[in-house]
Amino acid sequence: MKSAVITFPGSNCDRDMDVALKKFGFSNKMVWHQDVELPKTDLVVLPGGFSYGDYLRCGSMASKSKIMQSVINFANSGGMVMGICNGFQILVETGLVPGVLLRNKYLEFICKNVFVKISNKNNSYFKNINKNILELHIAHNEGNYFCTKDQLKEIEDNSQIAINYCDPEGKIEEPFNPNGSIKNIAGIFNKEKNVLGMMPHPERMIDPSLSGDDGSIFFKNLINNLK
Amino acid sequence: MKISVIITLKKDVLDPQGKVIHQALDGMGFNDVNEVRQGKYFEIDTKETNPKKAKDKVEEMCKKLLANLVIENYKIIDAQ
Repeated sequence: MKSAVITFPGSNCDRDMDVALKKFGFSNKMVWHQDVELPKTDLVVLPGGFSYGDYLRCGSMASKSKIMQSVINFANSGGMVMGICNGFQILVETGLVPGVLLRNKYLEFICKNVFVKISNKNNSYFKNINKNILELHIAHNEGNYFCTKDQLKEIEDNSQIAINYCDPEGKIEEPFNPNGSIKNIAGIFNKEKNVLGMMPHPERMIDPSLSGDDGSIFFKNLINNLK
Repeated sequence: MKISVIITLKKDVLDPQGKVIHQALDGMGFNDVNEVRQGKYFEIDTKETNPKKAKDKVEEMCKKLLANLVIENYKIIDAQ
């Protein structure tokens, strides 16, 4: 299985993602933001970081990068595109997934482990995964998911919510919402479910000797789904 | 020609920075403030000399990059 990770100026989780993808069997290529064409790939990843120093709005400048037109075409033709953290912010700025990510409700940069509940397994990302709740890491200043009432209705009608912040037992309630996101939303799909944007970093949870292993479960399942 | 643009958050979007600024003003003794909303201001110097054409171009810039219309409104305030 082939993957491609896009590096923007200011990306800082691109190499972590490269390590994670290779660990679980992907043949991964790094792609520079000024490239025009994507290599032949089964999965495109927009990594975390602070592309363009978060100027104007997080992800807004990166969403206009040269490579993004290819990424948008790839997504529109059914290709799998996953945006993590800043990658999620870039995805919302391209309009591939609905909504926006605002400043965290309490104006703090949040860096901690959280639990998320998988809300929809009927897609190539979470199909067959043997856990409903994952412990993952978040590190962001703008992760407060917001959308209009009409968008929220559409998102819910199309089962586009991927994961929600929850407690270790899977309770999706306000006290377990770290950043003020509507409905505790931590990740969403596009309508077709081939594009996934999420704030948590599965690539940071691939080694039990570091902070945990639930990212391994996610990546192992992902590559099996793509085979 | 110089054109100015103001970008503000839409009414129903939470503005935590504006809220904190409001609280700080309150603490400083400015007690009669109802609300503070923080926005962005741009000055765009363009080669276009026709005011109507220049405004149209800037409006396109607002829609495509300067503002995110899910949460923000833009206002082109003057051309000179």
